[in-house]
Formats: sequence, structure tokens, C-alpha cells
Amino acid sequence: MIDRKWIGHELPASQLPIERSRLRFFAKAIGETDPVYTEEAAARNAGYPDLPAPPTFLFAAELDSGVNDQLLADLGVPLAKLLHGEQGFSYHRPACVGDTITVRSRIEDIYDKKNGALEFVVKTSRATNQNDELVAEMRTVLVCRN
Amino acid sequence: MTHPTFDTVQTGDALPPLQLAPVDRATLALFGGASGDHNPIHIDTDFARRSGMPDVFAQGMLGMAWLGRLLTGWAPQSRLRRFDVRFAGITHLGNAMRCEGRVIEKLEAEGERRVRIEVHSTNQHGQTKIAGEAVVALP
Repeated sequence: MIDRKWIGHELPASQLPIERSRLRFFAKAIGETDPVYTEEAAARNAGYPDLPAPPTFLFAAELDSGVNDQLLADLGVPLAKLLHGEQGFSYHRPACVGDTITVRSRIEDIYDKKNGALEFVVKTSRATNQNDELVAEMRTVLVCRN
Repeated sequence: MTHPTFDTVQTGDALPPLQLAPVDRATLALFGGASGDHNPIHIDTDFARRSGMPDVFAQGMLGMAWLGRLLTGWAPQSRLRRFDVRFAGITHLGNAMRCEGRVIEKLEAEGERRVRIEVHSTNQHGQTKIAGEAVVALP
């Protein structure tokens, strides 16, 4: 069982620089063909200062930083048992190439179902940019299948 | 492309669907690298089998990214206010996902005219893998 003491735990901040080559790689990986996501001129015509990060991209912050790996180690959840239960985003302003996004998360809840056969970890996150402006809020539910 | 406006959109309207090719290992490997999700359960068949799975399977966030394409293909991303999904089932190799969305409410909030959209993705057997909602502000 995951120790409930982690409820309320605040994770170390993760910094994610928004980089052009990474966004183009991400666009390729998801089959995105809208030039807004790969060509600067198209992004500028759409009103962005540079290529925008697509809606789900900021989830990378805590994967890149290793904060997610450390969290799973702390909780004692092996990758082999991990599933993604839910994911949510609310958006406040775009994140574009040149921005550096900082993600700070907190463990909101830990609970189980089916007599512990499934355990759930709820994490909420705030993503801010280099001007300390709120970019997005995220909510993640991780599932451990025991 | 013409973008939707609040006055022309009606509750019940469907978004243009997005049909994906069957999931293959190359797609999972590329998404693992691009997304930062290096969990080997999505890219290493041996690891997946040791974990009790029949084979590698798609990252949940890959399916959510496809639903994101459905939304930003309909209205500019700068108008997206919320996007929430529940991962209802595992997307396996060979699953050809179809992303669909439908306007379920027109509303005003925070001084904006917005629509609430139900989104889901299903495989070729009609099994729903991801279901959720989005909120988009419209001019």
C-alpha cells in the first residue's frame, strides 16, 4: 500500500525550456500537420510570438526533470504497475518557443479501490512562465495496479 | 480554414473526426522520446511481458495528444480553456483510433462565450479508450 503520509507532499520544481526542435519532434510523433506547430511564420500569423506548445506538451516537465521518477520511487510504485488514470489541463496563456516553464506539483490525495487492488494518486500542478505568469494548471491521476 | 463562431455553432454539432492509422511500435518509440515518457513498458516488448502485459501499448498521453489535435483542428488552441480526460482502457498495438467530439453546451463564463465539448477516442472494434471534455471560447 502507498503510504498516505505523501498526501500534501510538494514536489521539487521542474523547469521546462520550450525548444523549437523538441516541439517539431513532438508534432511529428503525434502526426500533427498544422504548420502553426512547426513553422514560425504560420505561428506568427496565428498570433503567437513563436511556435506554441501543443495542449498536452507541458506534461513533459516532470518527466524530463526526473521529478516524476523520484515521486514513483518515493511512493514505491514500480513502472510495471503504473497506469495513467486521468489527466486534465486548464489553460491561462500560451507557452511558446523561448519560454521557460516551471511546474510545481502537490500530492492532493491517495486512495484505493477494490480492497487495494487499485491505488490512486492525485497530483495537481501549476505551470508558470519566466515572468511568473500562470500558463496552465494540471491535474493527474496515477493508478497503481497491485 | 474558417473557424467556428459562437452564433453558428449549435449544441449537438459534431467536430470533424480524426482517424488515426493503427498504432505501431515506431509511433510509440517516437512519442516516448518526444514526450519525455521513457517508461519501457511502451517501447520494450520484453519489459512489457515481464510486467504481465501481452505486448507494449500506447502511452495514455499519446491518445490525449490525438484528441488535442481534434480540438485544435476545429478551433485555434489559443481558445482552448479546459481539456480533461479519463483513460478508460489500454490502447493496444494495431488499434486504429478514431477521435470524435460533439458540442454539448453553449455557455457564458468569465466574460466569454464558450462551448463545452464531449470528446472520446474509440478503436476499430468500437471500444472507447479515452473519454473527456473540453471547453473552448468562441468569437
